[in-house]
Amino acid sequence: MQRLIEILKSFALWDLLQGLQLTGRYLFRGKTTIQYPEEKTPTSPRFRGLHALRRYPNGEERCIACKLCEAVCPALAITIESEPRLDGSRRTTLYEIDMFKCVYCGFCEEACPVDSIVLTSFADYHIENRGENIFPKEKLLAIGDQYEPLIAKDRKEEAPYR
Amino acid sequence: MMTEILLVGGILIKILVIVVVLLLAVAYLTFLERKVVGYIQTRIGPNRVGPYGLLQPIADVLKLLNKELIIPRESNQFLFIIAPMISIGTAIAAWAVIPFDKIQVLANVNAGILYLFALSSLGVYGVLIAGWASNSKYAMFGALRAAAQSISYEIGMGFALVGVMMAAGSLNLQTIIHAQAGGFWHWYWLPLMPLFLSYWICGIAETNRLPFDVAEGESELVAGFHVEYSGTAFALFFLAEYTNMILISAIIAILFFGGWLSPFEGIPGLQPLFAWVPGLVWFLLKMSFFIFCYLWFRGTFPRYRYDQIMRLGWKILIPVTLVWIIVIGLAVQWHLPPWFA
Repeated sequence: MQRLIEILKSFALWDLLQGLQLTGRYLFRGKTTIQYPEEKTPTSPRFRGLHALRRYPNGEERCIACKLCEAVCPALAITIESEPRLDGSRRTTLYEIDMFKCVYCGFCEEACPVDSIVLTSFADYHIENRGENIFPKEKLLAIGDQYEPLIAKDRKEEAPYR
Repeated sequence: MMTEILLVGGILIKILVIVVVLLLAVAYLTFLERKVVGYIQTRIGPNRVGPYGLLQPIADVLKLLNKELIIPRESNQFLFIIAPMISIGTAIAAWAVIPFDKIQVLANVNAGILYLFALSSLGVYGVLIAGWASNSKYAMFGALRAAAQSISYEIGMGFALVGVMMAAGSLNLQTIIHAQAGGFWHWYWLPLMPLFLSYWICGIAETNRLPFDVAEGESELVAGFHVEYSGTAFALFFLAEYTNMILISAIIAILFFGGWLSPFEGIPGLQPLFAWVPGLVWFLLKMSFFIFCYLWFRGTFPRYRYDQIMRLGWKILIPVTLVWIIVIGLAVQWHLPPWFA
């Protein structure tokens, strides 16, 4: 009897109909697509994306050329050269990050004693010409200036866990 | 002389209308497929080119036409070029005998069903030749599988058609449609249910669509028989596959669902209410349903294993159709009402 039912079921394409019913239901279900350039998934404040160099509120750059980030960088992506500035303070004359080498580990941000180098939550940037993969100091500072409110907000949210 | 020119001109215009509409339908079928499969997978599918992505197929066509046509050096160049032509040629030529309405048929051939069967079987030569001429192992395997599959399923398909021929007592498609007159319950899908299902399954297998797409199974054979094709030649294979899908849907609608007949025939209240609807609309609606099923199946079923395909073809479809041919023979002989009275 059991065998007969099985045979009848398979000839009535029972399993196939069940499968079709399932996909048919999904056909009318809400769609989960995120339409990327217009919509984006929410990012965590810990997200490690594009790098930025920050400034103090008075406009002075934070970086004091301690070279801890250069030392800690596992991909050797950071290059720093420094000289005393005219007012006698230690500042970098060269701060470059090779974005092709960078692995976005965030160690530079961890190592930085003055919260100068940070990783922002932007992952979608691009370069258009050969050589532009090496981000110079000016560019990193500009990114920092542009997104400072966001960077500050992310740091503040993360502060209790650090 | 003048009348002859007009006659030929009229036929040419008809052909042009059919082919242009068909190719447009194919273009938008690819779009519909991507949308339907996307919706089944809770995605929204292409929506970037034009409003709601409606210009996507046109962009695809332009892209394919702009691509380089690569002919492998070690291939048989004549066959390599001619294979996609065979595919698309047979796929489009089959439309000559499809009746769209009471009188709207390009060629009302008295053996239309035979012509359809012949052309849908010839289509496999395009696949076979393409696979062999490419001189590539993946293409070769794809062609071998396509050949084995087509031969197995053509038998079941042929038997299913035999049942319809016996039921209608004719090879002419219009006569077959007229024989189904009398409303939804008089169509052949009911008395010929097993043959209808067999034909449907065989039709899907013949067009190499999922779940029977071992001939081009991308996860096993890269792209199967058309792995070496690019640009326009690839586009032709693509067109042929989708034209065949529409063709099989049309044949199912004609043979088992009364072609252009109204489904409300014989129902007192509804028949006059829908009398104004042209037969073409009913035909297209029935066709659309089966075309949608193609996409639905693609979104649902995983690919059959090769030996399972063979088993289904030889051990199930052929015996079932054979048995039902006998049943139909007896039903016709004894004038079983209401279908064969």
